[in-house]
Amino acid sequence: MLIKRPADIKSSEITPEAVYNDRRRFMQTTAGLALAPLFASAAFAESMPNGQKLNYLQPKQFASSEPRSTFEQITHYNNFYEFGTDKYSPAELAQKLTVSPWSIAIEGEVEKPGVYTLEDILKPHSLEERIYRLRCVEGWSMVIPWVGFSLGDLIKRFKPTSGAKYVEFTTLSRPAEMVGQRRNVLDWPYVEGLRMDEAMHPLTLLAVGLYGEVMPKQNGAPIRLVVPWKYGFKSIKSIVKIRFVSKPPISSWMRSVPSEYGFYSNVNPEVDHPRWSQGRERRIGEFLKRETLKFNGYGEQVAQLYQGMDLRKYF
Amino acid sequence: MKWLKPMVFLACLVPMGYYTWAVFADQLGANPIEVVTRAAGEWALRLLWLTLLMTPLRRWWAWAWPIRLRRMLGLYSFFYATVHLLLYLWLDKFFMWPEIGADILKRPFITMGMLSWLLLLPLAFTSNQLAIRRLGKRWRSLHRLVYPIAGLVILHFFWLVKADVLQPLIYLGLLALLLWVRLPVLAPNLYKRVSKLSV
Repeated sequence: MLIKRPADIKSSEITPEAVYNDRRRFMQTTAGLALAPLFASAAFAESMPNGQKLNYLQPKQFASSEPRSTFEQITHYNNFYEFGTDKYSPAELAQKLTVSPWSIAIEGEVEKPGVYTLEDILKPHSLEERIYRLRCVEGWSMVIPWVGFSLGDLIKRFKPTSGAKYVEFTTLSRPAEMVGQRRNVLDWPYVEGLRMDEAMHPLTLLAVGLYGEVMPKQNGAPIRLVVPWKYGFKSIKSIVKIRFVSKPPISSWMRSVPSEYGFYSNVNPEVDHPRWSQGRERRIGEFLKRETLKFNGYGEQVAQLYQGMDLRKYF
Repeated sequence: MKWLKPMVFLACLVPMGYYTWAVFADQLGANPIEVVTRAAGEWALRLLWLTLLMTPLRRWWAWAWPIRLRRMLGLYSFFYATVHLLLYLWLDKFFMWPEIGADILKRPFITMGMLSWLLLLPLAFTSNQLAIRRLGKRWRSLHRLVYPIAGLVILHFFWLVKADVLQPLIYLGLLALLLWVRLPVLAPNLYKRVSKLSV
């Protein structure tokens, strides 16, 4: 069974609410007195994971010694335009989203197209924790312990035909719950795409959780893409459609500002975004900026996908 | 009315005070640097628009107090613009001048921001009585620079946002209103009407 019931938590492990509140108060007051946590993770005390626990493996190759961004940082600083264009609204507004039942349409150049329930999608896959860096095109980054499985393993099940050269993903369109969709900030629904070999790459993840728990709604519940060597906007959230196509899909950002957003959007300090230099980034919680790494530091694994391509042209 | 000026003076310091407190009390979320940089810019913009409101207020209602506040509001706008600029130079660029130079040349929104601050400089420095007296008629022409500055500031804002232009649009609308009420054909009529009403 994928999702453990909360009852599986030993009662001894649960902090009584009064104690929790006391701790909270203690940490808040001390934080206030010390005037210290200018850029530290004092916010850590504010919110801890409290969703449903997932069962997952922790493969060594996806572990990391880098300090993780806190749960609070990951869940309260989100670019999810379906719930507002600032980074603080999604944490609040996404809570309206109904994520169950959920289904995903598999379409296009595949032998087994159809509409599958989320349970069907997830059933054969075992989950694993993968700690990835996430680099936003705006020049900030985080380290996130995702829980999910390789997109490639899912794709194989539906048997793409030889005509399948690209994969197009679509986010849910539901303005009644996704209040950001009531304004045409982007051309809804949100669309993203990958080349077939990128989609099949073992680093490419379909995530259903983070910090060991089911995906918080503001982070793209119930299921989202994570492509760690590309800018964050490529990692499309709340997916309802996966379509196999022969031509490169036009993503929402490409449609909105073609001069600024290309199909590949690989993290690359050598190719500036017209609005921001991409040479440096601020890891959330840190004061000084750090150098941005080509392919977000995953070059060893993915650089060969782009051999011989002019990455200035194919940005 | 004696208290008006000191009160406005203190009110204009409230954003500065709030954000200073909020940074140290960790009230600004995951990326406080982004929040304070943006807030400083927005307050510079709001105060500039308020400055531009003072002249029409005086013209319409024939009040004297708006003009007494105008200089202070303008200087506060310059103050927040300077804080905004310093935060960018320090916390975004860490005073790496070659990179800053490249930014100014390559990124239109930064070009506009930089230009508007540079144009604010002479206005701030000639806001004292001595300069007003010395410059005479030229003072008024010089301070008409505020209109191109407002335009540059709006461009700075439009070119900064990624997709959601609602906020810059609102400020553009307000600016259009501030300019519209200055139209000579309009102002006297309104002035007459308003003064009749207030009799």
